[in-house]
Amino acid sequence: MNGTTGMISMALLAAGLLTSSMPAVAASEADFKAAFAAAEAAEKEAGGLRNQWTTTESALAAAKKAAAVGDFDSATASAKEAEALARASVFQATSEKERWRDLEIH
Amino acid sequence: MRARGVIQLALLAFLALAALMVAVPPVRAVDAQGPAADAKAFRDYFVSKFPKVKLEDFVNGPYSMNEDMRRQWEEKEQFPPYEFALEAGREMFSKPFGNGKTYADCFPNGGIGIRQNYPYFDAKEGKVVTLELALNRCREVNGEAPYSYLKDEMASLTAYMAFTSRGKPFDIKIPDDPRALAAYENGKRYFYTRRGQLNFSCAGCHVQAPGERLRAETWRPRSASSTRCRSIVPNGAAWAPQADASSPATARPARYRSSRNPTNIAISNIICPT
Repeated sequence: MNGTTGMISMALLAAGLLTSSMPAVAASEADFKAAFAAAEAAEKEAGGLRNQWTTTESALAAAKKAAAVGDFDSATASAKEAEALARASVFQATSEKERWRDLEIH
Repeated sequence: MRARGVIQLALLAFLALAALMVAVPPVRAVDAQGPAADAKAFRDYFVSKFPKVKLEDFVNGPYSMNEDMRRQWEEKEQFPPYEFALEAGREMFSKPFGNGKTYADCFPNGGIGIRQNYPYFDAKEGKVVTLELALNRCREVNGEAPYSYLKDEMASLTAYMAFTSRGKPFDIKIPDDPRALAAYENGKRYFYTRRGQLNFSCAGCHVQAPGERLRAETWRPRSASSTRCRSIVPNGAAWAPQADASSPATARPARYRSSRNPTNIAISNIICPT
């Protein structure tokens, strides 16, 4: 694995996950909607790169499910997690456009 | 779906070439950096990595590098656990379509002993044709609905056809055609590109990690397998219906199995060289 790429990728992911798990004041429906929209936009970008992750889809689904029962704390947290995952997948797809050659056998 | 198919076909073209390096000498050098050069690099890499494994034994994958596993495999072959799928495939292959024709009418030599010639590049169409694609075309031409590439019917059918090719080395030709070479390059890029949350590529396991263990399994070198080469290796080597046929590894390009899959978690413990 390319060390720098991997570390940056993991750092992005960790930052996203950390942010999503930080305690905060109770989230509102508006918070959820904003977080979900951001996550969906990032996931759409990943889709454009043909690199959507199942984990992102799971987080989005979890966000929707939680929002449906009015648990906007969990819904917002899941949406933020989904956004972090989607952004990481975008990063991966972008960097791998050239990085894949690093693994090639010559 | 169409794009997915294109990627799948391109990957198959590349993987088939990897099988070639063991099965037969490269057909010809397309160019210095092309398929022939890649095949040589693959061969040199794995021969160097596993100096005790005979070249012709690489095709047996992990059984070529672990005596216990080889013995278990040979014993298992006396009462193969996959026979039911072969039998199902044979029946499907023989059963006439609604119009009275059969698969045998669509293929050279009645479809027997031809698996090693797929995939091939169809110059007329300008695309790679896999055995699975050819089978579905045969079905459609004869008024039948195509099979899913991911389900048991296709797996059993291709397993049977592959079984009839046992002992015959792959004979995949990559013509000096820009479209064929583009397909090859697409497959090559796909093989090496990392994807999914755990940041793995095909090469991550089958180039960097062969010989390492994943729980009870030993990674086989890429040189030992293409998508289905175990089905047709010389000396009647192992065949695993679900693992070989319909090849999930090549059929899920855009989305991957959940990283929450315990198997994937175990993979993450493998340390790959940088």
